[in-house]
Amino acid sequence: MLARADDPATLLIAPTGGGKTMAGFLPTLNELAEGPHEGLHTLYVSPLKALASDIKRNLRRPVEDINLPIRIEDRTGDTPASRKKRQRADPPHLLLTTPESLALLASYEDAPRMFKNLKRIVIDEIHALADNKRGDQLMLALSAIQNMCDGLRRVGLSATVEDPATIAKYLARHPDPCDIVMADPGPDPDISMLQIAEPPPWAGGGAAYAIPAVLEQIKQHKTTLIFHNTRAQAEIFFHNLWLANEDSLPIGIHHGSLDRVQRARVEAAMVRGELAAIVCTGSLDLGIDWGDVDLVIQIGAPKNVKRLVQRIGRANHRYNAPSKALLVPANRFEVVECVAALQAVKEHELDGDPRGPGPLDVLCQHILIRACAGPLDPNALYREIKSVGAYSEVTRASFDDCFEFCATGGYALRAYDKWKRLLQRTDGKWILRDQRAAQRIRMNIGTIQDTDTLKVRLKKSRGGKPLGEVEENFAASLTEGDTFLIGGQIVRYEGLREMTVEVTRRADKKPKIATFAGTKFATSTQLNQRILRMFQQEAWPELPAHTADWLTLQRGASILPRPGRLLIETFPHEDRHHTVVYGFAGRNAQQTLGLLLSKQMEQLGYDPLGFVATDYATLIWGLNPTTDPEALMNPNTIEHGLEQWLAGNALIKRTFRASATIAGLIERNLPSQRKSGRQATFSSDILYDTLNKFDPEHLLLRITRQEAMRGLVDFGRIRLMLDDTRGRIDFMTLPRVTPLAAPMFLEMGRVPIKGAAEERLLAAETAALMATAGLG
Amino acid sequence: MNSHAFTFCNEHLLALPSGALFWPAQRLLCVSDLHFGKASRYALHGASVLPPYEVHDTLLRLDQDIVEQRPKIMICLGDSFDRVGASDDLDPRSREWIIRLQAGVNWIWIEGNHDPGPLDLGGTHMHEVTIGPIAFRHIALEETATGGEISGHYHPKVTVRAGKRTITRRCFTTDTQRVILPAYGTYTGGLNVNASPLSTLLATNAICILTGAKALPVPRSKTRS
Repeated sequence: MLARADDPATLLIAPTGGGKTMAGFLPTLNELAEGPHEGLHTLYVSPLKALASDIKRNLRRPVEDINLPIRIEDRTGDTPASRKKRQRADPPHLLLTTPESLALLASYEDAPRMFKNLKRIVIDEIHALADNKRGDQLMLALSAIQNMCDGLRRVGLSATVEDPATIAKYLARHPDPCDIVMADPGPDPDISMLQIAEPPPWAGGGAAYAIPAVLEQIKQHKTTLIFHNTRAQAEIFFHNLWLANEDSLPIGIHHGSLDRVQRARVEAAMVRGELAAIVCTGSLDLGIDWGDVDLVIQIGAPKNVKRLVQRIGRANHRYNAPSKALLVPANRFEVVECVAALQAVKEHELDGDPRGPGPLDVLCQHILIRACAGPLDPNALYREIKSVGAYSEVTRASFDDCFEFCATGGYALRAYDKWKRLLQRTDGKWILRDQRAAQRIRMNIGTIQDTDTLKVRLKKSRGGKPLGEVEENFAASLTEGDTFLIGGQIVRYEGLREMTVEVTRRADKKPKIATFAGTKFATSTQLNQRILRMFQQEAWPELPAHTADWLTLQRGASILPRPGRLLIETFPHEDRHHTVVYGFAGRNAQQTLGLLLSKQMEQLGYDPLGFVATDYATLIWGLNPTTDPEALMNPNTIEHGLEQWLAGNALIKRTFRASATIAGLIERNLPSQRKSGRQATFSSDILYDTLNKFDPEHLLLRITRQEAMRGLVDFGRIRLMLDDTRGRIDFMTLPRVTPLAAPMFLEMGRVPIKGAAEERLLAAETAALMATAGLG
Repeated sequence: MNSHAFTFCNEHLLALPSGALFWPAQRLLCVSDLHFGKASRYALHGASVLPPYEVHDTLLRLDQDIVEQRPKIMICLGDSFDRVGASDDLDPRSREWIIRLQAGVNWIWIEGNHDPGPLDLGGTHMHEVTIGPIAFRHIALEETATGGEISGHYHPKVTVRAGKRTITRRCFTTDTQRVILPAYGTYTGGLNVNASPLSTLLATNAICILTGAKALPVPRSKTRS
């Protein structure tokens, strides 16, 4: 790293725990040891607040040991205001911060003074930023800061990734070169499937069958991390683990919706080495040093090989020994997926979907942030933005649209000439018309969308112990007496008080309501392709017998799906005609496909009644059989159906709200403002409907439609699948349910298809309520 | 018919699915809390530049109700404008539209807390008005005298569980003494009928009438907070 100290940008790729953070700081310590430096020398940015304070602790020791006169401070959302103010007046040599805090710093008028002497920036865990909007915001802020100082050099630190060049392009100022340094990846991980006598169930994600085997592994290791893909699954697994934990092994749980105090307690116990195992989710994905983990268990198929490799790296953090990991498939299909993932790890084939150009909602926020910092020259700003890798292709027209949106709203109806947000001065520069707006813009900085969550507390007269959070939608679905899991305990819903869910403890063995929503990762394209290739083998010696037999049965009854072709099966079952489309496009895309195909089937007269989607297929049932697969899968009508469906869909409204918040059209929902009786605010859905009706080509609607192509709607992968299989449909008409389709009948999350359902449902329900009240 | 008929002070009234109230005997149409100019208030304070279509959208719906009911008397029950002076800032098209709607109608602007002053638009401007047994005012009195009262101000909304879904709608509330109208304006939020101060104002046996495609009555006691 020292040899490259003067390069404009360097990307260091090392496996988790390779000591790369210290390597990133070496040139800084070297330069500061050479002589005194006035003001800020190095910025350190990490995606996690906790990482910033962790690094501060770890850095201070060597600095104090060799008696270097270096001031190291962190600055995050948790830093007290007085210290933040002082840091701006008298910055430390090393400032450790997060992307959001850095964007906020850059929004102050005195930012140029603060960053004047800045020499280096170190971006830690850059792989966790390069694929999302937080990372886009960071690089935009950096483009502004780069122009406030001389010769800023950038260092990125990344875990193992599939495509280092993409991250290098993201890191460097466009078109600066960026060297990639690959550290020794260490020995290959020792990774296998956990051998369990009992075969996994046909469907579901709980993996309860694996509890005894997992407990056995915990006993044999010092500290075990047990990763889950969703919070709900982690909660259920943890609960079951405790029911079976006869030796009272110390086992904790850690996930993003637990109360902060509870999480901190688990973290501390873990660092002290007091826990035998921690059941966790992605909240433990990033590189904080958690002590001596010697085993990682992944419950459920990993969905994504890259994430699996990064998780495995959490074991044996400190030693140059192979990381040990075990995979536990939660159902029969996941056995295939786990084996495919194991092969991918062995062959070092990581996956990842290319991300496309930088999103424009983040650009809008950046323009507003830049306007807070002082008069703005659009031409200079455009050049500055083009120096960001992700935005290097942004056209002047797109930029002007964003600028116009920030200035006037950019509506077809020119209504705000009197009250523009930005005004042009006679010298051509733009300023905020109302300086009070700067405060609001700063409050709104950031791109993370908190789902609306409610705190859960034990019911006590003066406010009981906080347990964690649940999503607002989940809370709305509860009625008094319902029991659910949080923090590993079963609680009873008592009521909602001042935006807090009040609960009491219950000693029940089973919660009534099994889940609350969590992220549902979709299996990556590469992993799904690998599975399709595996299906073409003559036999499957690498698979357990129960799973190999299942595939053989499918081959006898129908065929196995093939790469580059689309298998559609149709068969009768229990008076209904069923159609299975094996798109292998990932859960979100298959879900969207279900919605679109059911529309299509309605048109074709198949009278669909409902559907269910998994990572590999969509099963639709209805009154009539599918007879014309070509018409059903017609890409044009599917695409047209998407546009129609999107216009009125709740998912797109959520997408709109996220983009509208980021772009600064609506303000972030601050917890303090979310009182139950808010009459003054109205929902963003109203704005969406109004815009759609009167200004359908507005910038924000265009952004929303683009966003919908990925994420939860994930139409991008449907399109990919359609292109990949066009005209090559394997259509199988069969007498009965096929082996591969059978598990889908057991899947949760069936979606009923509704015509004018909501009004009818509501009419029936209100009439019933009137009747029970004796008013019918 | 998609509206809901009910009796109040021995008068026959219709709650329309749009959120307007019609009194057939008087040919009287009443809407509350139009909040014209809300978007421009946000812009004025430098907060945000919201889509400026809320006046047109509200007028579109009002136009349709007027065409269908052909009222002789039109009462706008206060907070018709989001702030004093908002009527000056109406775009010319919206201003002409309002004037067109007023033709041949006895148009009464009741003042609200957002628009206490007189407006520079046609029609009568009043603090409150009593027609037959019913008083029309913006904010409900805590103690009503004899007769009934129709008011707005609180933007009542109601949440009902239907099947596995939770559905929230703007609503009318009715009991023996009061009718409270939902907000009619496009950019308006709502206050749950079980939240204070609405909860204390309403009788426990109050009926809520949901707006939407069809006006649907439901007892307040059966709705969710």
